Amino acid sequence: MCLAIPGKIISIKKQNATVDFRGIKKEVDISLVSAKPGDYVVVHTGFAVGKLDKKSANESYKYFDEYIKTKHGKNT
Amino acid sequence: MNPTNTLMNISKQNTEKILDEIKKLAKSIGRETRLMGLCGTHSQTIAQYGLKNLLPRNIKLVAGPGCPVCVTAREDIDAVIGLALAGMPLAVYGDTLAVPGSTESLENARQKGADIKIIYSIKEALKEQKIKPDLVFFGVGFETTAPMTAWAIKQGLRVYSAHKFFPPAMAALLKNKKIKIDGLIDPGHVSAIIGESPYKKFEIPQVITGFEPEDVLMAVLMLLNQIAEGKRDLENEYGRVVKKNGNEKAVNLINEVFEQCDAEWRGIGLIKNSGMKIRKKYSACDAKIKYRRTIAEILSRTKTKKTACRCGEILQGLIEPNQCPLFKKICAPENPFGACMVSIEGTCNIEYKYAR
Repeated sequence: MCLAIPGKIISIKKQNATVDFRGIKKEVDISLVSAKPGDYVVVHTGFAVGKLDKKSANESYKYFDEYIKTKHGKNT
Repeated sequence: MNPTNTLMNISKQNTEKILDEIKKLAKSIGRETRLMGLCGTHSQTIAQYGLKNLLPRNIKLVAGPGCPVCVTAREDIDAVIGLALAGMPLAVYGDTLAVPGSTESLENARQKGADIKIIYSIKEALKEQKIKPDLVFFGVGFETTAPMTAWAIKQGLRVYSAHKFFPPAMAALLKNKKIKIDGLIDPGHVSAIIGESPYKKFEIPQVITGFEPEDVLMAVLMLLNQIAEGKRDLENEYGRVVKKNGNEKAVNLINEVFEQCDAEWRGIGLIKNSGMKIRKKYSACDAKIKYRRTIAEILSRTKTKKTACRCGEILQGLIEPNQCPLFKKICAPENPFGACMVSIEGTCNIEYKYAR
């Protein structure tokens, strides 16, 4: 039930944004996040509940990289 | 392509590398290690990609009470069915429709002519209420879903709240000595709302993670690494969505509209301070207050049928679905006995669909 789908904001009109979900465009309320066109948001029951942060997008891999470095003293 | 995938930039080759490291750690730990997934959507990822089969034998992934539909009390289902049959129009999220109450489900009530509308966004319920002023929205879900209900209550939507806070259930699980768990995979989108701090009081290895198979494997690796090193930390693998402080606007909305109350979790029992009760300020929108006499009467005449359903133990990771005498024999997605078989995030439903 807590599934939230990521999509990209195409345009914004007041608190409503048009969000592109892999080709399907839907109206989403963005009053719970600070977002601008081009941002990725995760959407649950018609509301954006969080932003998908591109900067930390690779963090999981970074963690793996660091893990390997500390354990085995080398880069992946 | 799914943007989360694109952004994560993790390839199959990396998955294999993660698995290799998991195997090394599993071997060094040696003993059986049980990791509990606390989110129904994680359970789906685990089943869909067959992750259990990829892990070393001594690493067990068990599912916890992470499906809000599954833990909704039978009484709440009975009450809204009763209201619907008494002529109140209802708006519900689709996953609640087939959940069995004491004698029937909302779907059965609908077949008897009750006016039950399935909605995907809370705004549809508000629109529907304009046409049908008596409409009641059946609010189910954890912190991920509750902010939107709170928002709609502020707009005047009448709600029967079965919403729940998730961390009190984690506290209850960890207190139960029968449950043997070495680490927790914390829920992703509940965490996107509440942030990291509510988990810090739990003295057990925890990782907040995302929903791609690589995320879940990474969480397993991070947990095993903590276990091998004797740590009990909270780590966040899902930093691309989950911020340290969560979504403060959403948390404020929840706290403005709801207050804590004790709540019944189906199959588990009463959990202190885990319920979301509508505050007095918004009591005009509280269906439990407006219809309290009708609800009391519905519940007094409802008789619960006893079944051998063991959903309660399954929800706490105490047994696996195939240890329930009903599983796959008479309990199936088209004829569910317990809520775990109904919801697409229910442990039994997932096991039924994906078990090989």
